[in-house]
Parts: sequence; structure tokens; C-alpha cells
Amino acid sequence: MTRHAEETFPDECVGFFYGKEGNDREIIVSREVSNSKDGDKRRRFEVDPFDYLQAEKFAEKNGLTLLGIYHSHPNHPAKPSEHDLKQAVPFFSYIIISVMEGTTDKITSWQLNIDTNEFEEEEININELDKV
Amino acid sequence: MAKVIIPTPLRKFTHNQGTINTDGGTIKENIVSLAEQFPDLKKHIFDENGDIRKFIRIYLGDEDINVLDKENTKVLPDSVVSIIPAIAGGKN
Repeated sequence: MTRHAEETFPDECVGFFYGKEGNDREIIVSREVSNSKDGDKRRRFEVDPFDYLQAEKFAEKNGLTLLGIYHSHPNHPAKPSEHDLKQAVPFFSYIIISVMEGTTDKITSWQLNIDTNEFEEEEININELDKV
Repeated sequence: MAKVIIPTPLRKFTHNQGTINTDGGTIKENIVSLAEQFPDLKKHIFDENGDIRKFIRIYLGDEDINVLDKENTKVLPDSVVSIIPAIAGGKN
């Protein structure tokens, strides 16, 4: 994820991650997806609905849960924006990677609380991520 | 009867079921059938006017219903309908 975020700098990257849902969420694999946003990709990302459909199919085919979405904030803190909140859906973890001048600075994860309509930060324990 | 694929973020409203059998001859009828089975799902799919939310996209097979006949698109008994949440965001 961080490599994708750095390679995409100064544009925002986006991708899905998959794994197991339990008391904690374990990420097993992440997959890049194209930022389909028309216009300024340095401050916006969008996923084509067809790509989303493929992401759900990948999860089902591999017996994994689609746990969430990662995206980068180029030269910006790893905190969700108003725009991120407005577009957030329940259940998903939203990983945000802050990339400062091309180098990963900070990684955070957030989940929407559907009762308060606010993001709550999740704790991250980083091991090694696979990538396919 | 068609099959509706529920996206992962909305499965908590369908008792964690990913595929639901629905009734109806059109997309709209099948989505209404789905919401009748799972009332908690309704507000996540329909707006206050009863229209499908603009943040929700519907696919019939691999095709966006917006390039077909939208909500009036015909659904066959073996059709697979997917509900897709719009995924977007950005730093500011």
C-alpha cells in the first residue's frame, strides 16, 4: 500500500484490502485499483463501479472479506477529510497514507460510526503485507 | 425471482447474507422486494423520496443499469443484480 501511495505521488492512490474479520481485522492481501476520478487526482479519488464489482468477486472467489479501502493524502495529514466522511460507507476500514514529498509519513485507519456519522480511529499493527 | 448481490458494507443489514433472492420483473421491483425483506437496509438504498440513492449504483450482470433502462430494466428469473456503493474521497 505504501509503495503504491509513493509511486502514485503527487496523485492520490486507491486500493482495496481483504482478509479476515474477527475481534480484530487481519489484512491478508491488498490490491491496487485505478483512480477513476475525472479532474484533479491530487486531491480526489474515485473507484469505477465495475472495479468495485470485481473487488467483491475477488473476495468471494478467494474466501476473504473485503475489509476496506486505502487511499493516500499527498502532502497532507493522514486524517479523513469532510469529503472522505461524506462518501464513507458502513463497515469498511478506511486506511489513509500520508505521503510527504514522495515518502510515506504516517498511516492511520478509520471506521464510520453509523450512529454518530463520525469516523473513529482504529489501531494498526503492521506486519508484512502480501500483494498480488 | 432474481438474485441480488449485497455489497460487503451493507451485509450487516441482511444478517450477513451476501446473496438474497428477490421478486419482481424490473430492477425497481426487485430492490423494493429486497428492502421489504430487510427494512434496516431501506434507508441505505432509497432516499426520502423513495428513489435509489445517488451514491448507490445498480448493475445487472456486468452492466450498469444506467446504460440499460435504468430502474425499469427488465429482470429475468436467472438475473444477477449487484448493489454497488459509490467509493470516493480525497484530502480536501
